[in-house]
Amino acid sequence: MANKVYKDAKSALEGFTFDGMIVMSGGFGLCGIPENLIIALRDSGVKGITVISNNAGVDGWGLGLLLETKQIKKMVSSYVGENKEFARQYLAGELELEFNPQGTLAERCRAGGAGIAGFYTKTGVGTLVAEGKETKVFNGETYVLETGLVADLSIVKAWKGDTEGNLIFRKTARNFNPMMATAGKKCVAEVEILVETGELDPDAIHTPGIYVDRIVQGTFEKRIEQRTVTKRENA
Amino acid sequence: MPWSRDQLAQRAAKELRDGFYVNLGIGIPTLVANYIPQGMEVTLQSENGMLGMGPFPFDEDVDADLINAGKQTITALKKTSYFSSSDSFAMIRGGHIDLSILGAMEVNDRGDLANWMVPGKMVKGMGGAMDLVAGVKRVVVVMEHTSKEGASKLLKQCTLPLTGVNVVDLVITDLGVFEIDKHGSQPMKLLELADGVTLDEITAKTEASFVSALR
Repeated sequence: MANKVYKDAKSALEGFTFDGMIVMSGGFGLCGIPENLIIALRDSGVKGITVISNNAGVDGWGLGLLLETKQIKKMVSSYVGENKEFARQYLAGELELEFNPQGTLAERCRAGGAGIAGFYTKTGVGTLVAEGKETKVFNGETYVLETGLVADLSIVKAWKGDTEGNLIFRKTARNFNPMMATAGKKCVAEVEILVETGELDPDAIHTPGIYVDRIVQGTFEKRIEQRTVTKRENA
Repeated sequence: MPWSRDQLAQRAAKELRDGFYVNLGIGIPTLVANYIPQGMEVTLQSENGMLGMGPFPFDEDVDADLINAGKQTITALKKTSYFSSSDSFAMIRGGHIDLSILGAMEVNDRGDLANWMVPGKMVKGMGGAMDLVAGVKRVVVVMEHTSKEGASKLLKQCTLPLTGVNVVDLVITDLGVFEIDKHGSQPMKLLELADGVTLDEITAKTEASFVSALR
């Protein structure tokens, strides 16, 4: 029987990486990012990566680690504002960048994983995003054609998983992870809690195991970008 | 006196209606949450995958898995649901969100909006702004009337790369409130003036053409 469970992030990536590959990496900001798999990808030394990810991490963490080592050739993202090294490399012409509206990026991943080659959306019509793309009028409104995205490898982070690769996400750490899991030719998931099959409620599974090739349990720093709190009134 | 940031948020809160699902942008729009009228039920959507956003947590309740689209730690409510980014934007693009309140760099009198890119400067990206303005039923912009250099931000034509074409319904600036007939041909209407601001002053500071509909 095929075993999907790997002992660590490094072994979980073995044989799945090559120079010039396309990688999807889940997460929104630093929330729900595959921390350990990003580090393992860095340590694999693979170069010239195109990374599809909503954001580009921060200096010294998340995808910022792969920028430091200049392993990323191109980013496909919706927002990259939190990373000085990113700005430096981009302005120096060392890094390619393709901006996608956030919803378009999410849908491109969903479509890619679902075998949908393209879809029409109102988002971005009349803006730079639609330049050079086919448009079509439906019911009197103009839509732009966007294509589905597929990656060589997707790395995602879930809260719980089982040995079959079934995944459950937690709160807003879900974000791009479920779509990206479907859109990678190979998908490696890292989880906080790994259980035997039968221990997760089948009705509660967000990502069915068919999409997940390998799964690894990790420990997580879960860094917070903007720690905002409500002060308790003095009693 | 032009409206302060909090007064702008207070004015924008008047656009809320009972039962509305609302997405608030970063900056002044976030402050609108502080002015939801008593007794009114408004559900805040956060495009990173949450409906029913609560206030900032107490220190001991901070949860790294629970953030808003501005990456700030927040809390859930009894009615909260979580979902993926594609579900979130299905909600937005599919016209299920009633109101989006967001900031802008420039708006024109046809409702074109520019708020994501200044050529020659480092571009951070549009995030979810293009999807929000394309899909949400009603789009309200809250912004300063003029730039730091004193130039009008309400223009005949936007000069910056656009976020959306014919998308803005209402513009609330520190000087007044304008209504835009984004799909029609009615001129932009001035509905209200901030306290102490005169029609002459707002006319002098507005490049876009408008008609006064002050009551």
